[in-house]
Amino acid sequence: MADESETPLGPDCGDLDELLIFGNPETRRQFIKQVAGTGVAITIGVNFVSGSGLTTEQPVAASPTTPGGDSVKTKLKINGKEYALDVDPRTTLLDALRERLHLTGSKKGCDHGQCGACTVLVNGRRVNSCLTLAVMHEGDEITTIEGLANGEELHPMQAAFIEHDGFQCGYCTPGQICSAVALLKENHAKSDDEIREWMSGNICRCGAYPNILAAIKGAKTKTST
Amino acid sequence: MNPFTYSRVVDPNEAVTGIAAKPQGKFLGGGTNLIDLMKMGVETPDALIDINRLPLAQIEELPDNKGVRVGAMVRNSDLAEHALIRSRYPVLSEALLSGASPQLRNMATVGGNLLQRTRCYYFYDPAFPACNKRNPGSSCGAIDGYNRIHAILGQSEQCIATHPSDMCVALAALDAIVRVRGPKGEREIPFADFHRLPGNTPQRDTNLEHDELIEYVDLPAIPFASRSHYLKVRDRASYAFALVSVAAALDFDSSKKIKAARIALGGVAHKPWRANAAEKKLIGQPADEKTFRAAGEAELAAAKGYKHNSFKIELAKRAIVRALTTLGGMA
Ligand SMILES: Cc1cc2nc3c(=O)[nH]c(=O)nc-3n(C[C@H](O)[C@H](O)[C@H](O)COP(=O)(O)OP(=O)(O)OC[C@H]3O[C@@H](n4cnc5c(N)ncnc54)[C@H](O)[C@@H]3O)c2cc1C
Ligand code: SF4
Ligand code: FES
Ligand code: FES
Repeated sequence: MADESETPLGPDCGDLDELLIFGNPETRRQFIKQVAGTGVAITIGVNFVSGSGLTTEQPVAASPTTPGGDSVKTKLKINGKEYALDVDPRTTLLDALRERLHLTGSKKGCDHGQCGACTVLVNGRRVNSCLTLAVMHEGDEITTIEGLANGEELHPMQAAFIEHDGFQCGYCTPGQICSAVALLKENHAKSDDEIREWMSGNICRCGAYPNILAAIKGAKTKTST
Repeated sequence: MNPFTYSRVVDPNEAVTGIAAKPQGKFLGGGTNLIDLMKMGVETPDALIDINRLPLAQIEELPDNKGVRVGAMVRNSDLAEHALIRSRYPVLSEALLSGASPQLRNMATVGGNLLQRTRCYYFYDPAFPACNKRNPGSSCGAIDGYNRIHAILGQSEQCIATHPSDMCVALAALDAIVRVRGPKGEREIPFADFHRLPGNTPQRDTNLEHDELIEYVDLPAIPFASRSHYLKVRDRASYAFALVSVAAALDFDSSKKIKAARIALGGVAHKPWRANAAEKKLIGQPADEKTFRAAGEAELAAAKGYKHNSFKIELAKRAIVRALTTLGGMA
């Protein structure tokens, strides 16, 4: 079996994968049984070489690049602050945030666009920072969980998550909150069902869903009055 | 992830010249499929050409009521919520909104959605040695393996994968036209000819050439498509790929008989499956369950199931009945 210990969520994290790519839980179980039977090793959606810190042997071509160099010079605007970075082009936005800029609020759950833990806002829109490269975002306004509060004053969505106990372990929470902030802006919080559907890209392993729903409704009421 | 060079283009010609010079290069759209596959080691391009800044993000009405032109860089979320799409092609809007998650739809582009690759487990993980699509000649791991999500129509002994896109099922029903640019200029590809059946070349998903850029998707004017619907059947209520899906539009004459029909199926074949046999069965018939069932039977007559996916044959028939019943009720 795959060694899944390197994922931030620990040994059970592979289950996130069954939630998304393979449809129903039965699928993955059968799948693994079958593979185990053939003695082939598998890794499902957990291990890969993270881009940060590695260098490419190949020169990087064309516009936003260092001529003949092995990394790309890029500028990222995060939470209103400009950062100049030399990055390996393989670095995802999530890895740039966490590993290079030490903005570790955004979390890595699955690293494959399936769980939403890495959700950040790019030009006000929610995206999965694990499936986009840092170099693609020169000139964009990026907002992470660290950038939501106004000084010491929490963003209304952050306050609502605390008030309604919208988390247990808290690992999915930064992603949930960024996603929920965008949700209200998109006006997709008109009913409980609509909120559930439009928050479906954010998985919570602790199952805090009822309280997350309550928090979003709470924040909606507070911000619309 | 293997190393690659990164460059950014702002002009379609520059994009085409760039890709022509890089036989192992790839365009980078939203990245939601390509970066995922690169992390898995399935795709290993040596150059990425970032096309996110190409001026191809508009949705415009074509002159003379010819329909609507959608730029290849339009994000899935923006297409789904656009007023022209919601009013004239609700099936497309519904299909898009049934796919992936809000975050992914904000990233995914129309061009990238057309070219997303199969979710066949054996294809997606290079730990499996056998996959003709990933490694031609290595045989198919799914055919005698676990094949619950696989094809029941149009498959070959070489590959039984399905095309995972929801958007493309709607585009197949709408007879969309894919407009592409290559080194020799522009060309149009009718939607039915865009994706391929696996045959003996499962490694090729589409008829797009390596050095061609998708620029636009044209939606022809189909007045009755304002009454259209997308039904997606899946293992969860949300955020799962389709087991079976149906895109459908119906037009009625003055006596409430079916005058024209458009039906395409998802989750059943290597390409979005236009249901020509079902459409034929409907013409001139009353819009009732008997007619709809006959249409489903006709379309699935040639279907062949495997160990874990035979349920899709009956499911597809019932999904056709359900989708058409919904539309009949809207008449
Ligand atoms: C967790 C998850 C769940 C998903 N669920 C669904 C679902 O339920 N339904 C569904 O339909 N989809 C689903 N998807 C797939 C998603 O729709 C696709 O990943 C997305 O549409 C791809 O678009 P992109 O712009 O990100 O493409 P990219 O990943 O950037 O590119 C994909 C391919 O297209 C090529 N390309 C991109 N643009 C062009 C162009 N203009 N011309 C030529 N080549 C081009 C690239 O070179 C690449 O080969 C899901 C994805 C994930 C990660
Ligand atoms: S069905 Fe196609 S993609 Fe899947 S293992 Fe067989 S050849 Fe590969
Ligand atoms: S880390 Fe799971 S979606 Fe990005
Ligand atoms: S995953 Fe623990 S609070 Fe959501």
